[in-house]
Amino acid sequence: MVYLQLFWSFFQIGLFSFGGGMAAMPLIQNQIVDLHGWLTLTEFTDLITISEMTPGPIAINSATFVGTQIAGLGGALVATLGCILPSCIIVSLVAWLYSRYKELAVIQGVLAGLRPTVVALILSAGLSILVLSFWGAGGFTWDIASTDFIAVALFAVGLFLLRRFKPNPILIMLGSGVIGGACYLFI
Amino acid sequence: MKRNLKDYLKLFKSTFFLSAFTFGGGYVIIPLMKRKFVDELGWLEETEMLNMAAIAQSSPGAMAVNASILVGWRLMGISGAAIAILGTVLPPLIILSVISLFYAAFRDNAIVSAVLKGMMAGVCAVIFDVVITMGGQIIKAKKILPILIMAGAFFVYFVLHINIIYIILFCATLGALVSLHDKKTGKEHL
Repeated sequence: MVYLQLFWSFFQIGLFSFGGGMAAMPLIQNQIVDLHGWLTLTEFTDLITISEMTPGPIAINSATFVGTQIAGLGGALVATLGCILPSCIIVSLVAWLYSRYKELAVIQGVLAGLRPTVVALILSAGLSILVLSFWGAGGFTWDIASTDFIAVALFAVGLFLLRRFKPNPILIMLGSGVIGGACYLFI
Repeated sequence: MKRNLKDYLKLFKSTFFLSAFTFGGGYVIIPLMKRKFVDELGWLEETEMLNMAAIAQSSPGAMAVNASILVGWRLMGISGAAIAILGTVLPPLIILSVISLFYAAFRDNAIVSAVLKGMMAGVCAVIFDVVITMGGQIIKAKKILPILIMAGAFFVYFVLHINIIYIILFCATLGALVSLHDKKTGKEHL
């Protein structure tokens, strides 16, 4: 029975998550904390912290985390499957439609309208992370003393290297993590 | 695209590896995928990659999973999609399952916190690099409407915090209407 609850709960989360992890947060909290009481609010906050520390989408991370806590490995699998099933079905259908009809003028128009939108949204996501990186959870401020100059330097050097030498982005992320980690631990 | 075991394995390894590095939210998967499938393997064209990012963004569910399904499907049909889904979901599943067993210790670990804090700046650089490239291409095309759409969508989302679904629906509809109008008049706004 708990398997069915996990599956259905995360199915709904998967179905109604638009626009990335942060937009899904209220829905996840509603399902996990308010409705089913699987996590306390403190544990939910921990989950957010851990999700930010690990790769993968918050929705899937929360599915695995809650599933494991409630019902072990089976729970994790059921919850994760429930979470990704809606998008698997919908996106597979969209992918099929795309492969069949992408030459139609109206479809080309839709995509031409969406492409600059996606660039704008990726920029928004980048800026949100930048603000978090430079100034923390408090957000942007003109107060120079509040700025994390290690993060600023890492960002500037990383961006310069990417634009100039076009290395693998994963190397930039790893290098930033190692150098930044060392700076934060020892400076 | 030929289908053989070697390419299936390459697709799985690629999506698995990329998923393991999708820190800081799903958007970072786009530059990573572009690097792998467009620049390195040559399996996709850049416009197509951006189309898939657009579709992934417009569908429910995690950006990384959606993008993987679309790329997998595009390259190797339904079996490609299945392999890409598996490759994308396994890393977070494995990592979170392990971490869940001792999450308090992991949450409070100073070394992990410091490294991930440092990595965040790198994630920013990766995202901005791809935005500069893609945004630059839109601006270079010198068509006023895509530039307005880009600027307008950014303002509405980042400044006004309008729900992303409305933005996507509006821009998609606008694109469709303009393309139909252009077809009649022979002009080209997009």
